[in-house]
Amino acid sequence: MKKRMVSVLLLIAMAGSLSACGNGSSENGGDVKSLTVLNYGKYMDESVIRQFEKETGIKIKYEEYESPEEMYTKYKAGSIDYDIICSSEYMVERLIKEGEVLQMDFEAMDNYKNLDSSIIDMSSSYDSSHNYTVPYFYGTLGLLYKKDTIQQDVVSSWECLWDPTYEDEIIMENSVRDSFTPALISLGYSLNETDEGHLKEALERLKKQKQDGIVYAYYVDETSDSMISEEASIALCYSGEAALAMLENDNLGYSVPKEGSNLWIDSWFVPKSCNDQKAALQFLNFLCREDIADKNFEYVQYASPITAVVEKQNEAVKNNEAINPSADTIRRCEIFTALSDEESALYSKLWQELLAD
Amino acid sequence: MSKLKQQFLAGPYLLWIVGFILLPVLMILYYAFTNADGIFTLEYIFAIGSETNRKAIGLSLQLGIICTIICLLLSYPLAMILSRIQFKNQGFVVFIFMLPMWMNFMLRILAWKLLLSKNGVINTLLEGIGMPEISIINTPVAVVLGMVYDFLPFMLLPIYNSMTRIRKDWIEAAQDLGANNVTIFFKIILPLTVSGIISGIVMVFVPSLTSFAISQVLGGGQVLLIGNVIEQDFMQGMQWNAGSGLSFVLMIFVIASMALVNLFDKEEPVK
Amino acid sequence: MIKKGISRLYLFLIFAFLYLPIIVLIALSFNNSRTKVKWGGFTFQWYLGCFQNEAIMSAFMTTLQITFLSAIISTLIGTLAAFGIASMKKKGQAVYLGATNIPMLNADIVTGISMMLLFVKFMDLGFVTVLIAHITFSIPYVILNVLPKLKAVNRSTYEAALDLGASPSYAFYKVTWPEIRPAVFSGFMMAVTMSLDDFSITYFTKGAGVNTLSTMLYTELRKGVKPELYALSTILFFAVLLILLAGNVRPGRKPN
Repeated sequence: MKKRMVSVLLLIAMAGSLSACGNGSSENGGDVKSLTVLNYGKYMDESVIRQFEKETGIKIKYEEYESPEEMYTKYKAGSIDYDIICSSEYMVERLIKEGEVLQMDFEAMDNYKNLDSSIIDMSSSYDSSHNYTVPYFYGTLGLLYKKDTIQQDVVSSWECLWDPTYEDEIIMENSVRDSFTPALISLGYSLNETDEGHLKEALERLKKQKQDGIVYAYYVDETSDSMISEEASIALCYSGEAALAMLENDNLGYSVPKEGSNLWIDSWFVPKSCNDQKAALQFLNFLCREDIADKNFEYVQYASPITAVVEKQNEAVKNNEAINPSADTIRRCEIFTALSDEESALYSKLWQELLAD
Repeated sequence: MSKLKQQFLAGPYLLWIVGFILLPVLMILYYAFTNADGIFTLEYIFAIGSETNRKAIGLSLQLGIICTIICLLLSYPLAMILSRIQFKNQGFVVFIFMLPMWMNFMLRILAWKLLLSKNGVINTLLEGIGMPEISIINTPVAVVLGMVYDFLPFMLLPIYNSMTRIRKDWIEAAQDLGANNVTIFFKIILPLTVSGIISGIVMVFVPSLTSFAISQVLGGGQVLLIGNVIEQDFMQGMQWNAGSGLSFVLMIFVIASMALVNLFDKEEPVK
Repeated sequence: MIKKGISRLYLFLIFAFLYLPIIVLIALSFNNSRTKVKWGGFTFQWYLGCFQNEAIMSAFMTTLQITFLSAIISTLIGTLAAFGIASMKKKGQAVYLGATNIPMLNADIVTGISMMLLFVKFMDLGFVTVLIAHITFSIPYVILNVLPKLKAVNRSTYEAALDLGASPSYAFYKVTWPEIRPAVFSGFMMAVTMSLDDFSITYFTKGAGVNTLSTMLYTELRKGVKPELYALSTILFFAVLLILLAGNVRPGRKPN
């Protein structure tokens, strides 16, 4: 068997008889200071990283992930020493509770004052002492839809996600808690539900949605691309992702259903694995600088906690629900709270059950 | 150099085997048979019986088998035609059919994503000529297509290899003795290419059974194969023991099926 | 005649199946439009963008480094090992070959995970762990190439050279090496091929900020497709085509 495999591969190699050329130069000189950053996908303008490297001489090792659960696993694996991480409030809360997050000295951060204090207040639910986190962006979970075929009152309720008219036309989030949110809310439960029976009811709704062929895909970062090319009619997605798509395609609109939704805040924190707290703080300070925050805002289109960034925006942007949620929307929304180990395991078990269905 | 001395040349490799082949396998064993607290348990081995895993394994087997069969059906006639082609440069023709496999694995998947997506190239063409659109992206069909495209060369090569070793004069001799084409195929060509078919099957079936990237990209998160379950256990769910349990079962399954295939494959290896 | 027609048609259909996707990629790489299917005029901007894109370029460099380093090291270790194994008794050989088979038979995902579990315990994931993993799955291909050749080499010729007063190294260089050189080379080539195409094992063993082309593409694909990637595919396709053609039309190689 193996001999034959080899003879096959030999044929491959024969045809590919290229001469070995020298390998590329190794770029890392060794002593260069570096910072390992873990962030959501599509969540920072690349030129910002480049600029930081240029200004400080610190090299950024940038790593991306899709869902908070993935971040938690990557961090907990312990095989990579992350210096600074950005994630959603409920995961940050969990890590703070587990004692994995280091306190920061914001005195040393000149640009901390650029943050809107009302947003810092909002972060009280997971960081009551305001010592552990710096908000990065915030937004809502809602529905991005094609305006020519979908009426606005349709997407003002989560029920449209179960309407068989939209067979193969709905994109869901490939992220446990976000996809459970509409199901839980439409059943009249809280999106922080932990009761197994209630969660199973929600699972049944999601299973039905999948079995009926309503779901086109479970995407995260691909959603805006697919909606720009109008592959689906309705997508469950985050506000900024929607705003980004709306910039490219006028036929798209965003709605946060009347039953309420999730308000989320993504923040930066310094985990215990950090090797260079000073550099991490330097990076954070850099991100809070007004010009940098503005660059990142232009790139991601989420609501920024930096006061100056919002002030600079024109009226249309300021009032765009997909960018800056209105006070009314915020009132309807709920923030995720942390799950215990068992609850997280339950969620992920149910999630796999759904995907395998 | 004496024989004994020469044996020491394998020393570095021995270290490598222990450190990077045996030890990793032991790590999987350790995680598969203990729980989070490090206590012995068979829970994660029996977890293959859970509903989620059963469904994922069932789907993986199904798609893997379909993919293998399609690859076989496509490759066999192709190999036959290629091996007989009367062309100035036969090697060149074969080369043409092998070329796509040097494209990066991920880029080949990307190409299919573009072709198949709802507003993709194929649908635009179909629309252009007034035909109904197809919607197979994010379904198991798309995943199988991607697998076939990715793994076809693994089937084609071994079969082609064994075809080229069939000597023309054997077939001519059979013809002289009055055998018709059907007889020649079943009595000469097929038996002499069985070994090629078997290695082709192994080389296609194992990767298609265990792949997770193809199903992730072309399945839109809707197609959960056993590879995806394992990947999620390790990369998202923080359930290393469960993931190791599944990996262990997969390892045993693959090795057992190889052994089984080897039993049927008595033919002498060819130099 | 009809039969010939059918087989031609069949060849053509498979050819179309294999090349259509690639042609689409190439066509789109010149398309001056961000959307997938509308033709917006001819452009080279994606090629420029591709070379300016740091993620793509650094993944490209990493791929080259990993591929050649791992191929060279595994050829070295593998060839030495083949010498050692060739001089062993049956039993020793069986043990070594059994271990050699493990990474070849195992599914990629299992090999990747097993190595990740080991690395996580003892070292930080990074460039080196990917390199080690690639060396590990490449060595078997080298051994299984070189070993049969080595066994076929007549040992008495080598010993005769020694008897005639040649030093062992001289005898090796003059007698054994020319015989096994093609096998060592094809082992090396196989290691290169396997390493270039690997995704799963790299995915599980890579550290932060380390990406080969395969893993970079995977993360990029999940963010939506960028036209720069079409340019990248086109460049890679033609690079491979040129290299293979150069190898194929080398003088003295006749198709059999």
